[in-house]
Amino acid sequence: MQVWQLLSQRLWRNSAFRFGVLVLGVLLALAALAPFLGTVDPAAMDSAHINTAAGVRGEFAQLDGTVVAHTFWMGADNFGRDIFSRVLYGTRTSLLVAAFTAAVAIGVGALLGMLAGYFRAVDAVLMRFMDGLMAIPAILLAIALVAALGAQLWTVVVAIAIPEIPRVTRLVRAMVLTLREEPFVEAARALATPTPVILWRHILPNAMAPLIVQGTFVAASAVLTEAILSFLGLGLPADIPTWGNIMAEGRVQFTQYPGNVLFPALFLVPTVLAINLLGDGLRDVLDPKFSKRTS
Amino acid sequence: MSESISPVLVIDRLHVALPPGSDRPFAVEDISLSIHPGKTLCVVGESGSGKSVMATAVMGLLARELQPGPGRIVLQGESLLEASDQRLRALRGQAMGMVFQEPMTALNPVMTCGDQVDELLRQHTDWGAKRRSEAVLDILRRVKLPEPERMVRSYPHQLSGGQRQRIVIAMAVILQPALLICDEPTTALDVTTQKEILRLIEELQADLSGGHRCAVLFITHDMGVVAEIADEVLVMHQGRAVEYGTREAVLQSPQADYTKMLLAAVPSMTPPPPRPAPLGAPLLRGQDVSKTYSARDWLGRSRLTHALKAASVAVSAGETVGIVGESGSGKSTLARCLIRLIDPTGGQVLWRQNAGGEDDVLLDVARFSEGRLRPLRSQVQVVFQDPNRSLNPRRKVGDSIIEGAMNFGATRAEAMALAASLMGKVRLPAEGLLRYPSQFSGGQRQRIAIARALACRPRVLVADEAVSALDVSVQAQILKLLREIQDELGLGMLFITHDLRVAAQLCDRVIVMHQGEIVEEGPTTALYARPQHDYTRRLFAAAPGAIF
Repeated sequence: MQVWQLLSQRLWRNSAFRFGVLVLGVLLALAALAPFLGTVDPAAMDSAHINTAAGVRGEFAQLDGTVVAHTFWMGADNFGRDIFSRVLYGTRTSLLVAAFTAAVAIGVGALLGMLAGYFRAVDAVLMRFMDGLMAIPAILLAIALVAALGAQLWTVVVAIAIPEIPRVTRLVRAMVLTLREEPFVEAARALATPTPVILWRHILPNAMAPLIVQGTFVAASAVLTEAILSFLGLGLPADIPTWGNIMAEGRVQFTQYPGNVLFPALFLVPTVLAINLLGDGLRDVLDPKFSKRTS
Repeated sequence: MSESISPVLVIDRLHVALPPGSDRPFAVEDISLSIHPGKTLCVVGESGSGKSVMATAVMGLLARELQPGPGRIVLQGESLLEASDQRLRALRGQAMGMVFQEPMTALNPVMTCGDQVDELLRQHTDWGAKRRSEAVLDILRRVKLPEPERMVRSYPHQLSGGQRQRIVIAMAVILQPALLICDEPTTALDVTTQKEILRLIEELQADLSGGHRCAVLFITHDMGVVAEIADEVLVMHQGRAVEYGTREAVLQSPQADYTKMLLAAVPSMTPPPPRPAPLGAPLLRGQDVSKTYSARDWLGRSRLTHALKAASVAVSAGETVGIVGESGSGKSTLARCLIRLIDPTGGQVLWRQNAGGEDDVLLDVARFSEGRLRPLRSQVQVVFQDPNRSLNPRRKVGDSIIEGAMNFGATRAEAMALAASLMGKVRLPAEGLLRYPSQFSGGQRQRIAIARALACRPRVLVADEAVSALDVSVQAQILKLLREIQDELGLGMLFITHDLRVAAQLCDRVIVMHQGEIVEEGPTTALYARPQHDYTRRLFAAAPGAIF
């Protein structure tokens, strides 16, 4: 697979892509290894440690009654929950929501975009519906959907993905409109290749590069939207720690204990930045329109 | 007097290095030439010969990856490789004018033509507005644009290709440069327009004011164009000069093998002796096929464009029918209606169908839906113009070739065996099946496209400008291949081309199209000997380089 080797070489030479991959790699490792990094149950409350300052060493009384030695790297909140544990487990939630949302938005968007781009009859109806969807502010639409569907991981993912779908659909439709006129697609028609196969085999692979790039931007905005929903108390149930609800709970005491808001923010910002840079890097390498001439 | 003797441009042992890791160390290697005032030097070569790189080096517009190495470029006594960017900017336009291949991309689409010509004057002169606008009108008249007053206010998209190229030429010569660099200026144009543009360049060269005759550096791949306008010819191959001499010397008694090969590869205008007429009923027939596009304006009034008006054509087994015409003549529309890639708005499209046993029937498929057409599609296959775009870049060559055969019921193993034998037939190694299209050259990709078309065992092959994007030497090979395949398989072939020379060599019968209509048709030998219709005669007269 020379093509992929060459591509990965070029990607790695792109500093934005490299930064994004490294930061995301660290975050993924933190999320995956959360139980082994000196954390306790993120939902456990130890009344002895309410509003502990960051960096204090002590003993944490767990739910089952056992007591473990524990360092409160980021302190504890007003229920006595360990912020460090909550933030690390919150990383899991954020990355999961980001990945699932991107997958749903790209999957559904690509399907609808291909239908709209290839079939004239579908196009008019579908795209007007998408225009309607785009006219509603994304966050309001997400709030309405979560309120209607109830707060669970999958409903949050769906609620964040739906407002992103029209943008993906438009992108894919535009690409399909040009790709369908390409001689290799016409040749496939002349070879009697069935339409679904043409879409899957000839059109989708050639539309993949911008689609992956768009996927990273969806993921970045999903992290933010999930945080906003949780901050507003509309996201995941309160017993699942997310950066958004840690901040929401810390907001009340922000002046006395700013750490409760700042520590999750310290994770949120680089995550969004890293995903965006990763996307920028991918775009620079994959899309010739944006590639700068190297001097 | 001494000034008129010294050459305008001297290139002395010029090298331009390619970035490390390229297929050869130099894009341009050890090129020397000189052009005197009033003379035209044609640089000919196939793609990748370095001819355009050489021209951009003279303009000082080389891409950053390309480094001019040892050698000198001297324009009127001034060394260009040492000149600053600022000095080069001043020289471009003033001392050298440039005309590029594609006039649409050379012009700014959001500026009127008048403003674009005027911009040059504002950059390079301190003339007042009135004097400038007079100069603009004057130059538009000199490049023979109709209604210069209107042209000044027109945007590039409102003009035809030939008119756009005239605007570009006007911009190139308005400051009366000593050197005019033309990089394939007529390649994107129709033959009749090409003829006019070539004549215009010659005229401008002659009367560029004050007895100051400009020198022309003309880059082309077309030996016919060379025969039309060159005083001297430089033949380039792989970055090196292969032959350098006067037009007569190079065209009539070439010394280098490469030049001889290039000249021999140019198809002759004289058709070969006719082959026996084919027997049997046609395999593919179009009867009064027409295609009308309708567009609605914002008031809801519909405007009709007749791309194709009641054209009839028939192709029998073992026969090649050529459709020639300029762009917009409807030749491709006709072909695409016949292969049913687009829906004709009128007439019949008949495909011969094996109805079991001996009784073949002609089936009118003009109104068939895609689903009903699919089982019939193996009969009629197509090869497109651009080999870079006719293969899916993300699929291996083998997968592309077996697609058709598998659609018609072959197993993967059978189809792969067939693909391997077809690769042999189109003279490519069978290992190529596992590679991607980007690993092949343009000519090789066109062979792959032919193999793909043959894989579902068609009876008719439609070639839509199938050799137009290829270099002459490659073109000659593909034409030979097509002829061999036809002889072997007894295919009927419909060959769409704008090139009268190619049609002369390949086709048994030729159909001439103009503005959506068939204006003349007949056996190639008869039609080339005595064209009847006015338009056909014009087309033949415009074909460049009738001298050889």
